[in-house]
Amino acid sequence: MHQFTIEPMFGTDHWAIGGYNIAFTNSAMWMVLAAVVIWAFVALGMKRQLVPGRWQMAVETMTGFIDNLLSANVGPEGKKFVPYVFSLFMFILCANLLGLLPLGVIGSHAFTFTSHFTATGVLAILSFSIVLIVGFARHGFHFFSLFVPHGTPGWLLWLIPVIELVSFLVRPFSLGLRLFVAMMAGHILLEVLSSFVINSANAGPGWGLMIGVPSFLLMIGISALELLVAVIQAYVFALLTSLYINDAVNLH
Amino acid sequence: MPQIAQLAATYSSQIFWMLLTFGFVFFVIGLGMVPKVQSTVDARDKKIADDLDAAKASSAAADALEADWRAKENAARSDAQARLAAAKADAAKDREARLAAADAAIGEKLAAAEAQIEAGRGKALGEIEAVAAEAATDIVRRLAGAEVSSDAALQAVKAVI
Repeated sequence: MHQFTIEPMFGTDHWAIGGYNIAFTNSAMWMVLAAVVIWAFVALGMKRQLVPGRWQMAVETMTGFIDNLLSANVGPEGKKFVPYVFSLFMFILCANLLGLLPLGVIGSHAFTFTSHFTATGVLAILSFSIVLIVGFARHGFHFFSLFVPHGTPGWLLWLIPVIELVSFLVRPFSLGLRLFVAMMAGHILLEVLSSFVINSANAGPGWGLMIGVPSFLLMIGISALELLVAVIQAYVFALLTSLYINDAVNLH
Repeated sequence: MPQIAQLAATYSSQIFWMLLTFGFVFFVIGLGMVPKVQSTVDARDKKIADDLDAAKASSAAADALEADWRAKENAARSDAQARLAAAKADAAKDREARLAAADAAIGEKLAAAEAQIEAGRGKALGEIEAVAAEAATDIVRRLAGAEVSSDAALQAVKAVI
């Protein structure tokens, strides 16, 4: 579990604002790193040429991807939310991928801040707040009609809104916890398998061949799977956010 | 699990740095750079659409031009053909008229020549008759010693010839 430990860096553990500790931790460092990577990625694709180069093409593919996601799920009004969903998607994607960097081979180790629900929770609450703000700003109290889906029979009106309300309120938790659990589970799985490799090799060459080698092969496969999960979780977060925004904008 | 074990000690730092870094990503990259990238894409799409429209318009204009030219060419061709036909008809008529005139002239000459020949023959015949009658009168005089009038001899010769 050492890989999930948060440690203050550069002797900043006494930093605080209003009594709240804001130490620059390894987690914060990887957040800054992710932000810098995204900034570099987009900045290198900002040549704004009529005929794009490879890098510009990559950046335009990403913005086009988010643009399509929003126009498919929200409609023409989704364009306004492209900056937010793009930031969300890229931030989570970079965090997940940077956390998978094999820095162990040079003696350091990567930190995946998306495996902390304090981090994913902030993003989930941000998304949820945007849905609430947009929903109430656009529809006022009519936004509550979200809890009464079309075609609800009259005699179920005492039950359906309660269920809808609960499922609505669960959204920020499911959003934040899904990402945190998926990232943590993958890292723990890799850690468990690598401990199999090390412990079996220490127990003797026979054990090492019998348990260590298959575990290592499995680790290779699961590393590939983790790369996929890193992308999929970022996509799921962006997709669900856009679906929730659709609820707020179009009310079902 | 450090996420829970360190929760009390680290939540404020996590939330602070998360808001700070994500705020940077959202305000600087999301709001500052992404719209520029999108406007570049939109400008390119618009340029492509405009170019395509222009190409379509040019193609249509070329088609119209070609149709126009074809119509003109067809008109010129049919005009030329009509002129050719008229010229041919004119030439034929002219030739017919000349032929007819030549025919008539030849017929006239022929008729004149025939008449001349006829006249010549009639005259020759008359001369032969006169010579024959004279000879007959002479023969009759020498053989029979009778004198026959030239008129009677002429009658007799005409009856024989």
